Amino acid sequence: MKRSRMLATAAAGAVLLLAAACTSDVPPGGAAAPTGAPATSAPAAGSEFFDQAEHDRQLALRDQTAQGPADQPWMQMLEPEMRDTARYATQGPHHVCFSNASVDNPWRQVGWTTMQAEVDLHRDEIANFTALDAGASDDKQISDIQQLVGGDCDALIVSPNTTATLTPAVEAACGQVPVIVFDRGVDTDCPVTFIHPVGGYAFGATAAEFLAGEVGQGGKVLALRVLPGVDVLEHRWAAAERIFAARGVNVVGVEFTENDTATAKSIVSDYLQREGQINGIWMDDGTAGVAALEAFEDAGQPLPAISGEDQQQFLEKWQAEGLTAQAPTYPTFQWRTAVVAALQVLRGEQVPSEWILPQPTINGENLSQYLQPGLPPLHYALCGCQQMPDFPARWGA
Amino acid sequence: MRALLSRGGAVAPVFAVLLVLLVAIAVVNPNFIEPASLLAYLKRAAPLAILAVGQYFVIVSGEFDLSVGSLVTVQVVVAARLIDGDESATLPVIALLVALGLLIGLLNGLITTRLYVPSFVTTLGMLLVLSGAVFLWTGGAPRGSLSAAFRVPGRQGIEIPGFGQVPWSALILVAVAAGAVALMRSAWGHTLVATGDNDRATALAGVPVARVRTTAFVLSALAATLAAILLGGFAGVSAQVGEGLEFSAITAVVLGGVVLGGGRGSVLAALAGALVLEALFTLLNLLGVSGALESTVQGVIIIAAVAYAARRVGRTRRPPAVPDPSPQPA
Repeated sequence: MKRSRMLATAAAGAVLLLAAACTSDVPPGGAAAPTGAPATSAPAAGSEFFDQAEHDRQLALRDQTAQGPADQPWMQMLEPEMRDTARYATQGPHHVCFSNASVDNPWRQVGWTTMQAEVDLHRDEIANFTALDAGASDDKQISDIQQLVGGDCDALIVSPNTTATLTPAVEAACGQVPVIVFDRGVDTDCPVTFIHPVGGYAFGATAAEFLAGEVGQGGKVLALRVLPGVDVLEHRWAAAERIFAARGVNVVGVEFTENDTATAKSIVSDYLQREGQINGIWMDDGTAGVAALEAFEDAGQPLPAISGEDQQQFLEKWQAEGLTAQAPTYPTFQWRTAVVAALQVLRGEQVPSEWILPQPTINGENLSQYLQPGLPPLHYALCGCQQMPDFPARWGA
Repeated sequence: MRALLSRGGAVAPVFAVLLVLLVAIAVVNPNFIEPASLLAYLKRAAPLAILAVGQYFVIVSGEFDLSVGSLVTVQVVVAARLIDGDESATLPVIALLVALGLLIGLLNGLITTRLYVPSFVTTLGMLLVLSGAVFLWTGGAPRGSLSAAFRVPGRQGIEIPGFGQVPWSALILVAVAAGAVALMRSAWGHTLVATGDNDRATALAGVPVARVRTTAFVLSALAATLAAILLGGFAGVSAQVGEGLEFSAITAVVLGGVVLGGGRGSVLAALAGALVLEALFTLLNLLGVSGALESTVQGVIIIAAVAYAARRVGRTRRPPAVPDPSPQPA
């Protein structure tokens, strides 16, 4: 997304003046909707991004025990409904194809590296692995999928760029090859399996419950979000907002950082100046976590309770400073699962129609188990890649 | 101030706007007028203000530099990877960054002036080359980390007893401003403005126009290097650090009343334009206006500022029959 936006912005440069206004989407409901201190009513349900049934399902799934080997979370599944895939069984070695939305952020980068390493583990079964990168463009991904299906792929893995727009392309592909979808979904159940971790509601709720417990009723929490309008991120905030309201947490602000660390640090500095002190930081994406903490350090304030993500630099800071922190995760190990599932389908083995992966939470007790020193600052710890060949060099250590 | 007022019609408004904004911020947040808060604001504005100064040199000479944002990103990412937490590598890497800045500025300038590629295209191409290169090199995820020493200028300051901390970046900004003003008052500054106003006439007068413009690009790239050191110091490693900065810098320069196309405007006004932009963001933030709206506001202002300047300047500049009374630079 970053590069394509830069290109678009630059191309529009003849009208330099317009370029500055090209990302003018206004978030639904406005940004700062501070919930009054002892609020009793939850925010109105039925917003575009809130689905009560799905919300309740995800929160319940957090307590379920996953089936499968505990030391291989990418092989685990929650409440699976297995389906028969005998009709897809073919003689190997296979040609597996992958239509990737993009590799434009560190999360996707770690996932993509992990996926390639997984393919290398199955070189006896996978003769060819063809991957096309759509560069965060729906149009490109639609033509990528058509191109791959028109080739001689035995199975197609899709990580969709957006849900609705990619649906027809995926439906068309389903008629020709077995399709495995992961990360973001599509609006059809024609894929053989859809792989994803528990989900955004669970992520946001876990973080909010932790913070509510730490700051207590009336405690001040600042919510830092990336940008509005992305469903997984909206789900994280929708769940958190309800918990903060129910627990009487004083949400002093909800701000968008666009994952820019300087912006995040400036926002937090402004809030510290305005509020005097802040007890907790909630984040829908932990990328700017360290920058947010530095704003406290530079203001000479005690570090707050914070919910980040499983990103290396945040975990290192956590260990070094002994933070009061928690990291819900959206594990990159799902990129492995996609390859595993494709091979299971091609062998005719049963797979769950919806493969729900566990979504572990890093806390003070298990931090040292997840933090592996020497990896790049933007590495994601839940890659499930620690035992793979060439670890950690292949992941940039 | 009187000198500024007399020097070009479109210079003064930006200082008034800045004052209004600072007062507005102080009304919303009375803490803001405390020295510590004002200095924190300067610290945050410093990288953009320095970029605006660099961009000013290029714009006033009649060109554009769209490559500064991606150059900032490249510098921060390269610094993190090469330093990789090693304190002793700080100074050599900073020297390397300066060399890299020189090289990119020189390339921008030479391609524009010697190969006659419009600077818009040259620096747009450079933007894409740099962002592509950094993406290729990092694979989307920067590696390594900055040393504590590297982060000092952007993050720390000098403790002054009884007053508090004066950020290094605020001091660096003052030094850059003083240097830029001195430069614009020198003979070179005069030829720079003259080049932007009418390059043919200036060349006929014996000025090496191509060299003057190339130097402007080099200064812009060096400003980007300094901004990168401050930004990397302020907020650490990020692959997004420079995103959109070229447009913010151009917005700042335009806000300062500097005419796109060159030949008019003062460097201090361009710097004030950056302070206005940063003050505006601070105010919007304090008012609880979302970040998404910031870019809309930025777009509206830039159109309004150019329209205002064009209305004032247009009459004297447009009719080609009337000899254009060359402005008295600086």
